[in-house]
Amino acid sequence: MSASPADVAALPPRGSAPSTPAARRAGTAAEGPWRRAAGQLVRNKGALASAVVLLVVLVACLLAPVYARSIAHTDPFTSNVSGTTVVDGRTVPVLAPSTTGLGLGVTPIGPTGDPAHYLLGADNQGRDVMARLLYGGRNSLLIGTGAALTTCLLAGLVGVLAGYFGGVVDGVLARVLDVLWAFPVYLLAISLSVVLLTSGLHLGPVHIGAGSRWLPVLIIGLVYVPYVARPLRGQVLALREKEFVAAAIGVGCSDWRIMRRDVLPNVLPTLVVFLPLMVALAMLTESALSFLSVGVQPPQASWGTIINDGLGLLYTRPAVTLGAGVAVAVTAAALNLLGDGVREALDPRARLRGAA
Amino acid sequence: MLSRRLSALTAVAVLAVAATACSGGSDPTPAPSGSGAAAPGVAAAYQPQHAGGDLHLLAKSAGGSLDPKVNYTLQYWQLFQAMYDGLLAFKKVDGDASFTVVPDLAEALPTVSADGLSYTFTLRKGVKFSTGAEVTVDDVAASFKRIFEVDSPTAGTFYNGIVGAANCLTDKATCDLSQGVVVDPATNEIVIHLVAPDPELSYKLAVPHAAINLAGSPTSDAGNVPIPTTGPYMVASYDPNTALKMVRNPAFAEWSHDAQPKGYPDTISETFGLTVEAAVTAVQNGQADWIFDPPPADRLNEIGTKYAAQAHVNPLTAFWYLAMNTHLAPFDNVKVRQALNLAVDRDAAVKLYGGTQLAQPVCTVLPPGFPGHVDDCQYTKGGGTTWKAPDLAKAKALIAESGTAGMEVGITTTDDEVNKAIGEYVQSLLTELGYKATLKPISGNIQFTYIQNTNNDVQLSLTSWYQDYPAASDFLNVLLSCASYTPGSDSSINISGFCDKDVDAQMQTALTTEQTDPDKANTQWAAVDKAVMTQAPLVPLFTPKLIDFTSKRVGNYQFSRQFYMLVIQLWVK
Repeated sequence: MSASPADVAALPPRGSAPSTPAARRAGTAAEGPWRRAAGQLVRNKGALASAVVLLVVLVACLLAPVYARSIAHTDPFTSNVSGTTVVDGRTVPVLAPSTTGLGLGVTPIGPTGDPAHYLLGADNQGRDVMARLLYGGRNSLLIGTGAALTTCLLAGLVGVLAGYFGGVVDGVLARVLDVLWAFPVYLLAISLSVVLLTSGLHLGPVHIGAGSRWLPVLIIGLVYVPYVARPLRGQVLALREKEFVAAAIGVGCSDWRIMRRDVLPNVLPTLVVFLPLMVALAMLTESALSFLSVGVQPPQASWGTIINDGLGLLYTRPAVTLGAGVAVAVTAAALNLLGDGVREALDPRARLRGAA
Repeated sequence: MLSRRLSALTAVAVLAVAATACSGGSDPTPAPSGSGAAAPGVAAAYQPQHAGGDLHLLAKSAGGSLDPKVNYTLQYWQLFQAMYDGLLAFKKVDGDASFTVVPDLAEALPTVSADGLSYTFTLRKGVKFSTGAEVTVDDVAASFKRIFEVDSPTAGTFYNGIVGAANCLTDKATCDLSQGVVVDPATNEIVIHLVAPDPELSYKLAVPHAAINLAGSPTSDAGNVPIPTTGPYMVASYDPNTALKMVRNPAFAEWSHDAQPKGYPDTISETFGLTVEAAVTAVQNGQADWIFDPPPADRLNEIGTKYAAQAHVNPLTAFWYLAMNTHLAPFDNVKVRQALNLAVDRDAAVKLYGGTQLAQPVCTVLPPGFPGHVDDCQYTKGGGTTWKAPDLAKAKALIAESGTAGMEVGITTTDDEVNKAIGEYVQSLLTELGYKATLKPISGNIQFTYIQNTNNDVQLSLTSWYQDYPAASDFLNVLLSCASYTPGSDSSINISGFCDKDVDAQMQTALTTEQTDPDKANTQWAAVDKAVMTQAPLVPLFTPKLIDFTSKRVGNYQFSRQFYMLVIQLWVK
């Protein structure tokens, strides 16, 4: 099960970790909190298995060009509507017209089991589904990770500034978050996508083209900021009242230094826990947007676009949709399990429970 | 007409799965159970034993306004055939004879003056509106004025030649057609005066926009409120979110079996909201009798095999094409336009549309079997009169000569499955030809007007055109004349912005010839078609066919080539 923002935000402060007597007993002076967390993560079999699955998915996706060029000998971004391939030694059309009954409809070739000839079959453009699945994974993971990093970066900035300074700064930033929070996340993402996909983003020196993959990264990254920033802000508000922060202020440390040296290290574990969960969430959102044709644009692929492509072939060639659907589900599940593992590893109470 | 609305409104998708217009094609499917078969071109006699029952139709969404002078969708034009009448009508029979214009509310076809400027009709007596009021010549005069009062979509193109219409188009408040539509209550005579001869006026008087409405009908779009009908049915209730229900018009008594035959079902209901997938299943299960929308691609094979007896495939007089903006680079260069014509694999487009049984590759603007069509293909590998294969090498050479490789090209399509698939293919092809191509799928509700407006700088768009009436000018003159190009307007149907003075002169000659010698005019239209394609402002892709998928209980299926399936002639008993 994935950790909720509330669970994540409940992580204890780490100004002088380990901060509880029990935690101090469990740790050793030579073992830092990050090393301890890594050790705990490695001992978590579920998280470890998830990491392995993610690694396999990642490597497979990175090897997409190798698969396309050297094994399948295909260009997954070029239509091959009138093309042919070889199945069981016979040359057959990639898109086969019906020859029975009234001869209505055209059906793409199904899974052949032969990696060199349409392992998972073809889509309605006659493109190799397996090759597109691997390339699509690159985009889905790239956008998911990019958007999650964007979310965590912006949320970290907003949360720390709002929580630390309080007052007017907090008031303004919190209201901005409230406004963003007021919109259903998908509605906001779709609205932004529809607007930006036609004209691109031109904001001062920032220019992002209409078909660029950075657009979904930015849009998804933006819409989830409140979901991370609000718990972070709460955490920083609590930290602001801690003795070590008061002490730092008392000795004349600058705000910048306090935020950087005392506050940020304490919220960093929270952000680290959020990261895999946000990658999963962002990846699912990307898939949803691409499924609705407002994410990755053709001929580029993502798992969402492949599911969309397969929708019209659900009755005849379900492998197109199922392949991408399974990939999304497995990757999202693995990310969530890994996220849970990270949360447990960074949560001393969880570590104590494990040691009991 | 039809394509305009089908593209502009919900029905784009409708024709999306339909397909090939083979010349004179007929339904290749087995006859449905029960048939009122008659000699070709002759309406079958009414068979009262089949009367009654509820015909249940399905559509993904409603078709908009119920006003026959405003609505411009195939979805409702098909139903309007059973409700509204003009002075003339297209014969309601199966096959090619359905292109024949017959007298409807007029007693006979008009008497045309020698100069072609006056059309004289005599109004039929005894025909009543669903309110019980008899149709009078005053209703006729009011109806023609109403075309302009409600801003009918074809007011400026079909009826602008009536004396006084020019003023009505610019100032509705002072609209006066008294000199253009002269009526005499004493003799029931109606004379329509034109500012210039219009050999196609009879066709224009036979479409729903020229229907005769009760005088006093709203002077603006009646919207969801039905206005009195003269035909065998009237609307009992209409909620665009749920359903449309038609019942028999109690005041109807058949006056012309050709123009307005009596219908069979007692009630006709069209339900909205189901997905097309669900609608296909409903028809398969006998829970509905027909779906307006085309079956999804992955159900075609199933329909063509397991439910072949319930599928009716008919050629349409239409074509799908890529419109190239002749005012924007790279398509302002004729070599690039010719190159794209050479490069596009029409077979690929046909496959993406549903296969060779649903579409047929074309090289000309005029569809096969249409008046003026002559087989000719300037852009096919090896040459010839019909399309054989793309010639990529020649296309690449022309693009190299043009020096436009590397330019950015945007392709605007609607976002439905078929249009997007063809758009993706074209994008892939343009990339192969050396351009930086991007696909811009946008909602079918706005795409058709969006691509017409020059302010949107659309370079290349995928669209289609379905005939309003069976005349070559409805394709060539409407789509490619200088007069049809209006920069900055959403109604600039000449999407390519093609304006060639010589070709325009040829069109005017053909239009003039039509008044005296239709055969010679058709030869001239064929020459116009060839001249247009030499300049290549568009890439004709294919001519489609339409699939009507009916339930097992439905009988007496008939297909009018003008208005498609004759809904009220279906038997459900």
